[in-house]
Amino acid sequence: MTDENTKKKFLYLNRKAPFGTIYALESLEVVLIGAAFEQDVSLAFIDDGVFQLMNNQDATAAGMKNFSKIYRALGDYEVRKLYVEKESLDLRGLTVGDLMPVTYEDEDENYEEKPSIRVVDRAEMAKLIAGHDVILSF
Amino acid sequence: MSTLHTVNKSPYERNALKSCLDHLSAGDLVLLIEDGVLAARKGGAFAQVLGDVGRSCKIYALNPDLAARGIAVGDLVEGIQTVDYGGFVDLAADATRVCAWL
Repeated sequence: MTDENTKKKFLYLNRKAPFGTIYALESLEVVLIGAAFEQDVSLAFIDDGVFQLMNNQDATAAGMKNFSKIYRALGDYEVRKLYVEKESLDLRGLTVGDLMPVTYEDEDENYEEKPSIRVVDRAEMAKLIAGHDVILSF
Repeated sequence: MSTLHTVNKSPYERNALKSCLDHLSAGDLVLLIEDGVLAARKGGAFAQVLGDVGRSCKIYALNPDLAARGIAVGDLVEGIQTVDYGGFVDLAADATRVCAWL
């Protein structure tokens, strides 16, 4: 459907914690739209955005939608690149072990499950921003 | 191949400006809009860092937003240029991509 001429590199820049505002959920909605249009989709998590990927989120008692499971399903939509900034994790006392496991199945390697989350430092994040066609901020 | 970064939050309330400045590539442009222009006034806590960044990246502030907040062009950190709405459009059109820091 999508030829290479209309395929662009989209970076979804997530800087806000989930639940406090609607940004995180809205970002996911737009990510899925980008994936539906067969674009090259990457997600970046900076600042409080890293809290979006916390493991064991349960918004039931808060009376809110449990949307954190959607991150784990992103691999099924060919969304396989979730970049998390190391400095943002460090500042919040978090490590990658505190984040939910997000994986995708690599069809080139016998559908082996591989991690989608990649921890990058701030300089690498700056290069990622400079390396995409479109930045969508949330 | 440059990125235009827009910042629309006060640096005294949010970290949008700091985060933006931490992720610049050489030759990028920064445009302060809405409450983001509050960073541009000289004597403020961000004057020094904006002056430093201004050596490798151009920094702009949106004049209508400055005027609305009573910030005179003569009171801006040295090196910060002002643009009107048409200038904003030109900066966005000339940049390879636009990155908003909300």
